[in-house]
Amino acid sequence: MGKRWWIVGFLIALAVTLLSPLASKSPDGLERVAEDKGYLDKAKAAPYHLIADYVFPWVPNEAAATILAGIVGTVIVFGVVMGLGYWLQRTARRQARS
Amino acid sequence: MYQPGLFASYEAAPLPLHAPDGFFSLPVAVAGYVVSGAVVVLAARLAGRKLQERTVPLMGVMAAFVFAAQMLNFPVAGGTSGHLVGGALLAVLLGPWAAVLVMTAVVGLQALIFQDGGLVVLGVNVFNMGVLTTLGGYAAYRGVRLVIGGRRGLLVGGFAAAWLSVLASAVAAAFELYLSGTSPLAVALPAMAGVHALIGLAEGAITVAALSFILSVRRDLLGMPPARSGEAVSG
Repeated sequence: MGKRWWIVGFLIALAVTLLSPLASKSPDGLERVAEDKGYLDKAKAAPYHLIADYVFPWVPNEAAATILAGIVGTVIVFGVVMGLGYWLQRTARRQARS
Repeated sequence: MYQPGLFASYEAAPLPLHAPDGFFSLPVAVAGYVVSGAVVVLAARLAGRKLQERTVPLMGVMAAFVFAAQMLNFPVAGGTSGHLVGGALLAVLLGPWAAVLVMTAVVGLQALIFQDGGLVVLGVNVFNMGVLTTLGGYAAYRGVRLVIGGRRGLLVGGFAAAWLSVLASAVAAAFELYLSGTSPLAVALPAMAGVHALIGLAEGAITVAALSFILSVRRDLLGMPPARSGEAVSG
């Protein structure tokens, strides 16, 4: 991997989302404890739903909807963090100069 | 309070360590925003100074990887699942402050776009998954590196940081549930710590696998000298 190593890394992240339909559907640790100890019903629903629970809306096939949600999320997260990183870098340099 | 629709959605895709709104009281939620907000502002100042040309794309790639990997719930035991948190891995790779920022962005976007974790309790979730795992994990990693050097120190330190970071998250969540009046400490603490001590082993394994992979393809990203013989390392 040469200078464009980060493109390879990003492709690996996208490839990971292809596995998402295989993820365990069991409740996770926090949720399992909440269920066992009887406070799961305290959970409130979200005020709005965009791509709720990693299932892209309007896609009939659930595996495809999950992968699509994963790809959209991976791209957004990558873009937001890259933007944030370059902005911070620029701000710090400007402060160092002044 | 009981919402059958909520249970139905659990069947489709489990909510991860991310707590939904309602689990924590308003004072705990506000405290979460205050503490996490202060740490994020500090992290932005400290990370900004240290960001190099190479670090920003590495932040982006690792954020994308952590987000994708968090979707992969693996079965743990007795019908329970767990997934990577990633804070310790990020701290080893990026340093603690950039890691705080990346985890905050991931957890924030999960709440905003995927309704994974509540918006009211977002500050608490950022504290548990983004602040404790990164700063705590980094401290554990540096501690191990004082004793063990080189490649082995990096991997042993990464594993220890990963396991401890998940346990610290779970213990913090138990205390927050207790302070919120949601669950007695004697109930929440052993239950949360027990399950997450197991989930932490997987966190450690994934962290070590990711670090080994990066060591084999781009060891310079980990501050390791390109020559195979070199053992002097600054993590």
